Amino acid sequence: MADSYDTAPLAARMTEFVPHAAGVGMTLVSVGDGRGVMRVEWREDLVGDPDTGVIASGVVTALIDHTCGLAINAVFDAPSPIATLDLRIDYLRPAAPRTGVTCEAFGYKTTRSIGFVRAEAWDVDKGDLIATAQAAFMLNPRS
Amino acid sequence: MDAIAIQSLDAFLQRVPYVRYLGMRVELAGDEMTAVLPFADHLIGNPVLPALHGGVIGAFLEMTALAQLALAQPARRVPKTIDITIEYLRPARPQETYARAILRKVGRRVANVQVEAWQDSRSSPVAGMTGHFLLRTDR
Repeated sequence: MADSYDTAPLAARMTEFVPHAAGVGMTLVSVGDGRGVMRVEWREDLVGDPDTGVIASGVVTALIDHTCGLAINAVFDAPSPIATLDLRIDYLRPAAPRTGVTCEAFGYKTTRSIGFVRAEAWDVDKGDLIATAQAAFMLNPRS
Repeated sequence: MDAIAIQSLDAFLQRVPYVRYLGMRVELAGDEMTAVLPFADHLIGNPVLPALHGGVIGAFLEMTALAQLALAQPARRVPKTIDITIEYLRPARPQETYARAILRKVGRRVANVQVEAWQDSRSSPVAGMTGHFLLRTDR
């Protein structure tokens, strides 16, 4: 890793430079125009239900939180310091056993202080969601 | 607190690979349960501050709610999460984090659980969560 966190490309800053994102194996699928897509692959140690082998909802929570942050970065087309105010997740159904999860987040409104984001997560088919989410972020929380 | 409930709770938690990944455990004092999340590098979400990942805090709060429900109803299957709302109050620093859950309502099919997480001082929580959980009677 030649880059530092501040100078690294966005994809790296959202993955390998964030220990938890790197730890669960999050990858950036696409980003742009206020939208971001990220994915986490299924792994034995991320299972939440040992009877079925379904990925833990906690992993989905982390992926959604992270992808929402990516969407805010996509709105400003630049790295922006943010802090999550709240995050509401509806778990529509469990993911399929031994299957990873993809999340798409969309920053649909930003003010000077606040960013509002919606997100959807699916396992196999984008038309058959496993979770939907709504989040609010504080922009430039230290300023 | 009877021994069966404690054993069942511990078994419930340690069987879940993701709980072991987080490194979380629970402690019991009488009927009062405290969940403990020791600090580990792989839980960091903001390397600049640094702070724990918001998703880690969310997952920890949710697992605390499920553990509290398992403690209250050891014979039942693990409830399914319907929805959660997480409120982030302060950055969670790279140190040990604690959480306690309150079962605000346990109905026939749905439970409403409130959880709060803190670090140095319980009066300055780092995050809170309210969640609805589907209770399952089938074995």
